[in-house]
Amino acid sequence: MARRSSLSTIKRMVGVLPEQTSVIAGSSSSTLHGSRGKATLPDLPYDYSALNPVIIPEIMELHHKKHHQTYVTNLNSFLEQLAEAEHAGDVNKMIALQSAIKFNGGGHLNHSMFWEMLCPPGSSEPPQGKLLDMIERDFGSLDTMISKFNGKTAAVQGSGWGWLGYNTESDKLVVATTANQDPLQATTGLIPLLGIDVWEHAYYLQYKNVRPDYLKEIWKVVNWNNVADRLKNASS
Amino acid sequence: MSFSLPELPYGYDSLEPFVDTTTMTIHHTKHHQTYVNNINKALEDFPEFKGLGIEDINAKVASVPDSIATAVRNNGGGHWNHSFFWKIMCNPSSTGGPAGALKEAIDKDFGSVDAMKEKFNAAAAARFGSGWAWLVLVKDEATGERRLQITSTPNQDNPLMSSVVDVQGTPILGLDVWEHAYYLKYQNRRPEYISAWWNVVNWEQAGENFNKA
Repeated sequence: MARRSSLSTIKRMVGVLPEQTSVIAGSSSSTLHGSRGKATLPDLPYDYSALNPVIIPEIMELHHKKHHQTYVTNLNSFLEQLAEAEHAGDVNKMIALQSAIKFNGGGHLNHSMFWEMLCPPGSSEPPQGKLLDMIERDFGSLDTMISKFNGKTAAVQGSGWGWLGYNTESDKLVVATTANQDPLQATTGLIPLLGIDVWEHAYYLQYKNVRPDYLKEIWKVVNWNNVADRLKNASS
Repeated sequence: MSFSLPELPYGYDSLEPFVDTTTMTIHHTKHHQTYVNNINKALEDFPEFKGLGIEDINAKVASVPDSIATAVRNNGGGHWNHSFFWKIMCNPSSTGGPAGALKEAIDKDFGSVDAMKEKFNAAAAARFGSGWAWLVLVKDEATGERRLQITSTPNQDNPLMSSVVDVQGTPILGLDVWEHAYYLKYQNRRPEYISAWWNVVNWEQAGENFNKA
C-alpha cells in the first residue's frame, strides 16, 4: 500500500529540502543540510569580529557556535524521531513532535539566513535599483521603512524576529514580526528578505536591555545586496 | 494610585555568585521598572482596573478591554511576576531550606524535594523562548483537593491568569527564564542557571505562599 510521505511534506515546510533552499540566495543546499537530509551548521561568511563594533565578536561566536549549533543538533534529533514515528505509523507521535520541529527547524532556517543578511560595516552598500524602488513605493522612503521596522520589532514581546518580507500575491514589501523561531514563510507566506533577531541573546551582552539601541545600530551591517538577491529570486 | 517598583529585600550582590550583581541591578532597575512604567501608562484611562490591585488585574487579564489587553497582559504580568520573584529569593545563608507544610506537600505530590526539582528544572529548560517556570498550588473546585504541580508559561503569563494559562493556581515558586535573567553570567547555558538558582530560593517565603493559599 502506497503511503504519502508526510515527512517530506513537513521537511518541505521547514525548508530542509532543496526546493526551499533555492529561495535562500547564496547558500547551496549543502550548507543548509548535508547528505540524507541532515542539517548542518553553515559557516559564517565572515569572521566573528567582522561586524564589530555593531555586534561584538563574543556575541557572534556564542550566537553561531552555541545557539545556532543547538538548533541544528536538536533539529536532526527530532527529524530522526519523526522518521521513526512515521515508519512506525505513529501519527500521534508525529504530531507531538511538531512544535519541537518548528522551534528548532525555524531556528536553523532563521539563523542561516541571518548570517547572510548581515555583512561587515565597510561592505554595507545602501539599497538601489528595484529594491530601493519598491521600498520607496511601499513605505515612502528607506528611513520610513526603517522607522516602521524598528517600531514593530522593538515591540516584539519576549523572543522573536523583525522582518522585511515580500508578499508574492500583492507584489508588495511588508514589515512583519514573528514570535520565537516561527519561520516567516511557513507561518505567514511572506518571503523573508531581511530578518533581525531580537531574542535577547542576539544583543544582551552588548546592549543590555536597550533593544532600541541595537536596532538603531544594526542597519550599519545590513547586507542590502543579499536582500536584493532574495527579492529577485522571490519575484522572478 | 500608581504602581511602583518594589525595593529588593536584599542588596544587588546578595545572590552572588549564583545570580550576579550586574544582572540583579539591570533586571530590577531597568526591566522591572519598565513593566511598572508601562502598566501605569496602559491603565491611565482605566481607573476601575487600576483600583483592582496588581494581583486581581492578573487574575482578570482575560476581561481587560481590547485596546489595552496586550499591554496589561505583558506589563501587568511582568510587574506581578518580578515582584513575586524578588521575594522568593534570598541570600543562601538566610534560608533553612524546605520545611513544614510545604515540604510535606512536596513529598506527597512528587515523592521528594529532589524529584520536584527535577521536574521543575525540566520545565524551566524546555520553555522555548521567553517565559517562566512555576511550582503552583492547584485547587480542584469540585473536590476541594489541593495539589502541587509544575508548569511553565510563555512571556509574562503566570498561573493567576485564569482562562489564559494551561495550569491555573497559586504560585509557590517561580523562576524567570527570559534570557535577560541569566545571559550576562550563564550565556546560553540555561540549565546551569536553573541548577544554581536553587541555592538562592527563599523557602520561608515559599512556605508562606503555600500557607496563605
